[in-house]
Amino acid sequence: MTLYLLCLALFSVGLYGVLRKRNLVKIIIGLGIIEYSMNLFFVLLGYRYHGRAPIDAQAQDILNMVDPLPQALVLTSIVIGLGVTALVISIAIRIYEKYGTFDITKIKRLKG
Amino acid sequence: MELHLLLLFMIITAIIAIEVKDLLSSVVAVGAVGFALCVAFLILKAPDLAITQLVVEILCLIILIRATIKKDLPLVIEGRWVFNTVSTVVFVAVFLFFAYAALRELPQFGEPMMSVVKKYLEEGTSETGAVNLVTAVILDFRAYDTLGEATVLFTAVIGIMAVLRPRGRKKVEEKE
Repeated sequence: MTLYLLCLALFSVGLYGVLRKRNLVKIIIGLGIIEYSMNLFFVLLGYRYHGRAPIDAQAQDILNMVDPLPQALVLTSIVIGLGVTALVISIAIRIYEKYGTFDITKIKRLKG
Repeated sequence: MELHLLLLFMIITAIIAIEVKDLLSSVVAVGAVGFALCVAFLILKAPDLAITQLVVEILCLIILIRATIKKDLPLVIEGRWVFNTVSTVVFVAVFLFFAYAALRELPQFGEPMMSVVKKYLEEGTSETGAVNLVTAVILDFRAYDTLGEATVLFTAVIGIMAVLRPRGRKKVEEKE
């Protein structure tokens, strides 16, 4: 239970960064931290005490493995996270070329 | 116990990454969070995830450093400081409230619900021939998931190429 709460604390740090910071790179870093915490949370849900990695070996009981399903889904999620980060960073680079700043309050023409 | 220490390290490093003034130091700190996550995956008996996280983290750091190098700017704090902070704290508090309510419905740590995965564990090796059950799941039982992942990745690459292209195709044709 403590581990879940620590994971939530990590998520909160990322959420604070996304909501409070005005630098675009800091916002992207906050998104990355949120992604890390969610991946870790899924893997924590599948952990079993004294379990072993989900790889078959001779003469071992098959039922004391950790849950391989969250691991498979998180594997997908990590790679998609890389794609998202790369896309957002490229948009940030274009914004810097056009406006000369990363400060979201100085980017005037994006205001509604 | 070592997991608790590792998570505390991740939280402290994340706070440093969010709060430090220098952008490059911030990127380095977020890299430390990612590598600590890699070690946490190893402790949680997920070696495939640790390998993937290591590779992805290195690529992420290269991309982030490309974005931040030589582009430092001092951040001035001005105007509406109180409003921004209070609204942020309210949002985080609402999130924590609902997250804690959801947390009580989850299974205890260390005793996962194996209802879905029981079939995969029993029949995985005989049906797919894969010794590693994680690869059996992503490449056989849930192969469409992996196909969608590849689609998302290539769509992201197309998007990056479209965004980062220095000038549009039409202008080039006009010049010729």
